[in-house]
Amino acid sequence: MDHFPTNWGNPRNEDGESYNTYPMASNKVPQGVQQIAGYGHASGHPTTHTQSPVVTGTSVLGLKFKDGVLMAADNLASYGSLARFRDVERLHKVSDFTVIGASGDISDFQYVKHLLDAQMIKEYNADDGHSLATPHVFEYLWRIMYNRRSKMNPLWNTFVLGGVHKGENFLGAIDLKGTPYQSPSIATGFGSHLATPMLRKALDNAGGSENLTREEAEKLLVECMKVCWLRDARSSFKYQIAAITSQGVSISEPHDLRPLTYWEHGRDVRGYGA
Amino acid sequence: MTSRLPSQAKGGFNFDNHVRNAAMEGKGAALPKATKTGTTIVGLIYKDGVVLGADTRATAGPIVADKNCEKIHYLAPNMYCCGAGTAADTEMTTSLISSQLELHRLATGRQARIVTAMTLLKQMLFKYQGHIGAALILGGVDISGPQLYTIYPHGSTDKLPYVTMGSGSLNAMSVFESRWTPNMDRESAIELVKDAIEAGIFNDLGSGSNVDVVVLTKDKVDVLRNYARPNERGVKEASYVFRRGTTQVLKTSIRDMVDIKETVESIATSTAMEVDAV
Amino acid sequence: MMSTVPSELPVTAPIEHRFDPYVDNGGTLLSIAGKDFCVVAADTRLSEGYSIHTRYVPKSVKLSDKTVISMGGCYADCLTLTKRIQQNMEASLVAPMWYRHAHGKTMSTAAIAQMLSIMLYQKRFFPFYSWCILGGLDEEGRGAVYTYDPVGSYEREACRCAGSASSLIQPFLDNQINFKNQASERRELSLDQVLRITKDSFTSATERDIYTGDYLEIFVITSNGVELQKMGLKKD
Repeated sequence: MDHFPTNWGNPRNEDGESYNTYPMASNKVPQGVQQIAGYGHASGHPTTHTQSPVVTGTSVLGLKFKDGVLMAADNLASYGSLARFRDVERLHKVSDFTVIGASGDISDFQYVKHLLDAQMIKEYNADDGHSLATPHVFEYLWRIMYNRRSKMNPLWNTFVLGGVHKGENFLGAIDLKGTPYQSPSIATGFGSHLATPMLRKALDNAGGSENLTREEAEKLLVECMKVCWLRDARSSFKYQIAAITSQGVSISEPHDLRPLTYWEHGRDVRGYGA
Repeated sequence: MTSRLPSQAKGGFNFDNHVRNAAMEGKGAALPKATKTGTTIVGLIYKDGVVLGADTRATAGPIVADKNCEKIHYLAPNMYCCGAGTAADTEMTTSLISSQLELHRLATGRQARIVTAMTLLKQMLFKYQGHIGAALILGGVDISGPQLYTIYPHGSTDKLPYVTMGSGSLNAMSVFESRWTPNMDRESAIELVKDAIEAGIFNDLGSGSNVDVVVLTKDKVDVLRNYARPNERGVKEASYVFRRGTTQVLKTSIRDMVDIKETVESIATSTAMEVDAV
Repeated sequence: MMSTVPSELPVTAPIEHRFDPYVDNGGTLLSIAGKDFCVVAADTRLSEGYSIHTRYVPKSVKLSDKTVISMGGCYADCLTLTKRIQQNMEASLVAPMWYRHAHGKTMSTAAIAQMLSIMLYQKRFFPFYSWCILGGLDEEGRGAVYTYDPVGSYEREACRCAGSASSLIQPFLDNQINFKNQASERRELSLDQVLRITKDSFTSATERDIYTGDYLEIFVITSNGVELQKMGLKKD
């Protein structure tokens, strides 16, 4: 069944799955396409750009607090509806004060990690006393994403970038169409529906991220991860949290959400109708 | 004598234009689309009954069609139903089932049960294979206690202690998942429903304006229309009263009033009209 | 009469899997020219579908002491275009050299207006999906509003609204700023009156357009330079 609410009320449609990952591309030559030996893909298809993600990561959450930025993501890489890799790290340290988190295609993320690492090494080798800070990495990443979408060959991700630069906390996101934005709280994918309301409400109640302590922010983020795990079918209970403060970056070991959840009220649920 | 006149429609849907519309669509004509409402609707079971909640925004595409509409529909004295999806479908479906329940009550002399309404709704929606785009939350209290159901447009149902539907359902569900507990008291149950709807109002563009709440218990139903109004419009900065004579007079034409005369002519009656003489 | 229903009627349309590089991020912007001032205003909501990405993102950018640009549509395109305008104000399009450095002065509002048209038309076959309004003061110090379509057709006007609530606000501006359908009611509006009409335009659009809201940024351009005012809008 289609679990995405905006599609409800439409006539039944079995042609496509809402995540567009199944069925996988077939090797059948499309009708009307003449196969030329030695041309295009081994499958018989012409070479194509990424039209949909393959191995994917779900939500990434980010939240500014008084002394820095917190980010969270689970450790699952899905292959369609299959929980394919369960120990993938989706938070990556770019520099001493910058962390990137990725949702969407994992192979595209690995390519971007490679690009960013190469850029950071290049800057280091220049040995001129400068290094790219979070806003600069953000700008660089934005140009990469916008360039690829303009070539009609996007990197199928939404990236979240968190960091601290010159005493300012930075939290931004960029999607596959090159849309960059900054916000005191960010959640991608399913998390944008589930976690954003909780994060925004907490920030409103606190009167801004500058009034949020690290303990409060961390507690809130774990609660959001819990809700995401309860309701996002492509999520996992195993997750990591990254903290970026003026002290630097720390990415936690994987934590487990299972002890935090409560299932007893399911005991009283009987059937679905009469 | 057999009449070949088209038989009078007795009710139900009319498919007269189906073939014509399909042909037109095949030739690329754009057919009118039904209004689909973005919505946040929720329901939960608490200690003494059921609380239902809804936002009050009705949309037509990107435009807010109604800033304060009612999405919690009356079904029977002991049950109400929140509707999301195609506006016309939710309204007609609930009122149809409402009248069926009224007849059922008169025939049996008993209070209708929530499962009865649920079954009537799911059978109707299943029959139409999802073409009636009504996503419903049905709540009420009957002889077997508080009941809460969700009914999807294809006719499937769920029976759960807390549920959400509509475009803001995920926003609202995040509130329930982090704060719902079994056996809540009335006050905190209403507060939780309000917060769930407000999560939809402020984070889902399809939902907005005010919070409607209905509380159903064994012997009392409280319809709390506009329980919260978190989106009052501010005062306008300027006045837009037009001076007399603002509308330009392009031409003036004064006419005499037309006389209306009535004449009656009698027509000679002939033999009774034959529609189709064989 | 009996009619048979063909058994194989098209029920579903084929799903297209081609990548669409554009996205409509919503938002509304307007500009009104006065005798010796210009007002440029835009809301700050950045949305996609039924979701709000962020409640605060500036859609207007100060280009010089006399010019402000405001854009709506595909935010990635708008931001890219803004960056390129700023770059070209340093480096001229006509001569491959920095305008400011080549000519020793900042580009005038009219010059930026002409340049923006060329920049938009340069991408005629892969357009920037952006609705642009350029507001500022002309060489004589009068208010100037230049409006564009996404492929570079442009025009100088007295006032213009663009973006998701443009069809709601523009008729209101026609009536209140240009006095359309108001017999013998033509007068010069003061800055205060224009600001009131601007704020009322946005609070009203917020009521009825789901993509407009959160905050309002108003740039006031006078001979004293550019001043920025902010106010809250409804967040539902």
